[in-house]
Amino acid sequence: MKSVGHSIRKIDGMAIATGKPVYTEDLAMDNALVVKILRSPHAYAKIRSIDLSKAESLEGVECILTYKDVPNVRFTLAGQSYPEPSPYDRLILDQIVRYVGDEVAIIAAVDEKTAQLAMKRIKVEYEVMEPVLDFEQAIGHSSIVHPEEDLSCNFEIGLNKEKNIASSYHEEVGDVEEELKRCAVVVEDVYYPQAQAHTMMETYRAFSYLDHTGRLIVVSSTQVPFHIRRQLARALQIPASKIRVIKPRIGGGFGGKQTGAGDVFAALVTLKTGKPALIIYDRKETFTCTTSRHAMRLRVKLGADQDGIIRAIDMQVLSDTGAYGEHAPTVLGCVGHYTLPLYNKTRAVRFDGHAVYTNKMPAGAFRGYGATQGTFALESIVNKLAERLKLDPTEIRLKNISKVGETFLTGQGVMLGSTSLDQCIVRGKELIGWDEKFPRREVGPNKVRAVGMAITMQGSGIANIGTASAEIRLNDDGNFTLLTGATDMGTGCDTILSQMAAEILEIPMEIIIVNAGDTDTSPYDPGSYASSTTYVAGTAVVKAAEELKSKILAQSAAFLGVSREDVELNGLAVRTLSGDQEISFAKLAELTILGTGKLQLVGYATHGSEVSPPPYVAGFAEVEVDRETGKVDLIDYVAVIDCGTVINPNLARIQAEGGIAQGIGMALYEQVRYDELGKMATNTFMQYKIPTRKDVGKVRIEFEVSYEPTGPFGAKSIGEVVANTPPPAISHAIYNAVGVRENHLPITPEKVFLGMQK
Amino acid sequence: MQIELTINEKAVKWEVAFDELLADTLRSHGFLSIKTACDTSCCGLCTVWIDGKSRLSCSILSLQAHGKKITTIEGLPKEAEEFAQILSAEGAEQCGFCSPGFIMSVLAMKNELVNPSEEEIIHYLTGNLCRCTGYMGQLRAIKTFLGVA
Ligand code: FES
Ligand code: FES
Repeated sequence: MKSVGHSIRKIDGMAIATGKPVYTEDLAMDNALVVKILRSPHAYAKIRSIDLSKAESLEGVECILTYKDVPNVRFTLAGQSYPEPSPYDRLILDQIVRYVGDEVAIIAAVDEKTAQLAMKRIKVEYEVMEPVLDFEQAIGHSSIVHPEEDLSCNFEIGLNKEKNIASSYHEEVGDVEEELKRCAVVVEDVYYPQAQAHTMMETYRAFSYLDHTGRLIVVSSTQVPFHIRRQLARALQIPASKIRVIKPRIGGGFGGKQTGAGDVFAALVTLKTGKPALIIYDRKETFTCTTSRHAMRLRVKLGADQDGIIRAIDMQVLSDTGAYGEHAPTVLGCVGHYTLPLYNKTRAVRFDGHAVYTNKMPAGAFRGYGATQGTFALESIVNKLAERLKLDPTEIRLKNISKVGETFLTGQGVMLGSTSLDQCIVRGKELIGWDEKFPRREVGPNKVRAVGMAITMQGSGIANIGTASAEIRLNDDGNFTLLTGATDMGTGCDTILSQMAAEILEIPMEIIIVNAGDTDTSPYDPGSYASSTTYVAGTAVVKAAEELKSKILAQSAAFLGVSREDVELNGLAVRTLSGDQEISFAKLAELTILGTGKLQLVGYATHGSEVSPPPYVAGFAEVEVDRETGKVDLIDYVAVIDCGTVINPNLARIQAEGGIAQGIGMALYEQVRYDELGKMATNTFMQYKIPTRKDVGKVRIEFEVSYEPTGPFGAKSIGEVVANTPPPAISHAIYNAVGVRENHLPITPEKVFLGMQK
Repeated sequence: MQIELTINEKAVKWEVAFDELLADTLRSHGFLSIKTACDTSCCGLCTVWIDGKSRLSCSILSLQAHGKKITTIEGLPKEAEEFAQILSAEGAEQCGFCSPGFIMSVLAMKNELVNPSEEEIIHYLTGNLCRCTGYMGQLRAIKTFLGVA
């Protein structure tokens, strides 16, 4: 293959690396109004009165909007395909504020200073209510986070607002209780993954203006332009046809930008004033007023027979969705969907979960989407089982994992199309030096080194829901335009999708123009999330390219006066098999598009998959623990990945290294703390530590290629699965080092130290 | 207030407010490579050179730049391009938002350290955060760029 499988540089790489003005703020008009948000200082309160008089009279203040000025229609900020599973539980501004940081007023002024000054002059009287802060106390709490009558859902998601339950999910196959009784060994434990922050470097931002026809244009740093358009239409009560959402280059997303933030405020200002408006969340707002990973409590019980064959899995999950239910039902469901199929020798599995409302910052989508939390719990308990049975942790996995052609209990008969997870485990073991290093070695008077491991899976797209469309045109001068709604967020999909188109059309990538992420011009795509771009949008591109290819061949054959079977592609031309006649793409374009042609050749496809094939990772950690201080140094992390065919090895490697680093942060550093009144204390990079380049040790990635029959060129996804193994693998390594099983993430030196004292 | 400074080899006189930060002044004059990602001097995205040394433009008042020589990535097209080529061949400019500040630090390091070890490289660049790449690809690119193993 000429394009696919090669480490081709990203088509926007040089521009973004050298600081060219291609991000949202760079494109905003200089005269855009500055939009700022007055936020609630209370975790739970009702607004009694708002006095704007002193603020509105300031020169340079354009408008100040409160709950009285917004449409009375509840919506969700979750970027999901319609009908969204997330509850419609928020207004643009509400009279009830539900967490410290919830929006109270929107201020638009000619500059930042004026907006800030106006904000200070707004007087709000609150009736403060008792907040629900501990998610384990949410069900049955005397305060109800969402008492409103007009909250609604598109589906039965098990919402019970009187009990602060945003969503419930139950799934059961076989009789778990019975099966557990029959098991020779049963292990159980409770795990608490934290509300990790995405901390993408470009904070949330959007700017909006009205175009020459009076339509609302929103340029947004988002992963989901089409969903943002639909969300704005509902929230602002204007037709979607009056809105265009454009995604420029964006400075990281990690799922955070699958949830709206700020777009609706800027858009409302533009609608009210007719003027361009720019909103930029500062870092503190990004930490405290957007979304995070769902903090969870996972109780897991695992039963196995004497040989270590896992026969029963029982998972009870409590998920903290915070003040609003963005992604609450789906993240909850994914905890089970992306863990239970890993081990398919089970005879019974049960999943029972609730996502609860609390008066804290909402949770949302974050790379891994429930799989990360579920993997931490399941893999930790499997490590515990291995120890109980005195089996090597790698061996117990090899005995239990699913093979090609097999099904799993909750999988409704879907067969596994591809896996090289067994090879990933074997290869990872070699790379880390498992046999020499497991479980621990003393390396100094107070220092001990140990290894730990975990495996994981994710999906590739959302089966039967996620669809993507793509269009490829042969242009008038013989080059091509690829139109896609996929949203490159640095991950390189604009490049990867053109690699695929180039491969099918047998053309160099340089003659493909990519136009993406604009709701006016792009064919529909849900956006970049759910690990779907390569797999779903990629297949749409392949199909569109194939359609165009066959049109090119047919049309060329007609022009050459031969039959369709007698021609083939040849460079930038089509020639007869005998080689005696040829027509260049440029000529073909001229004959079809210009003058008498009247038939521009276009390939178009919409693709959705009936399956969501899992990519896999086997992750291995080596840590060094200081017995005196509890300090943990990550020495080495090995991840061996099965993402099917690797379309662009370098880009896949960076995805993997970056995902692993985020997992390392979750395992060791990224602590979220609230004070007793519900204010988040970890709201800057001083308090909330993401890994620096000193903190990640050495991360090594390898690929064990498999071939996924339903994927483009055999590819599966990679973006999310890579985030999942570090918490359980590192936690396992720490346990092997010093015998401390710390189930509350992150595993800080204090916790290890205290654990060692027990 | 008016300040006089040299920006990318060009002498300029700029009107600035007493409390204005250099990062904001630079952006408002069209140097849009300047990115900021924190309010606590933690991320390194806003890195520029002041008199040849890499500095955080978010942590310096524009007034303090009076009489100084400021260099942004726009002023180093050749060097920046050379390293960016290597960085992007590695795929290590993921979202790219951290890249301009990171490149300014790398180029400063190249001027300051002779044949740095891996440890010295990591130490020098610790103040440049990146949430996308996990840093390994950046390190590979630096090693290629400096010709060190
Ligand atoms: S903006 Fe973060 S250090 Fe300057
Ligand atoms: S490439 Fe995105 S933050 Fe570094």
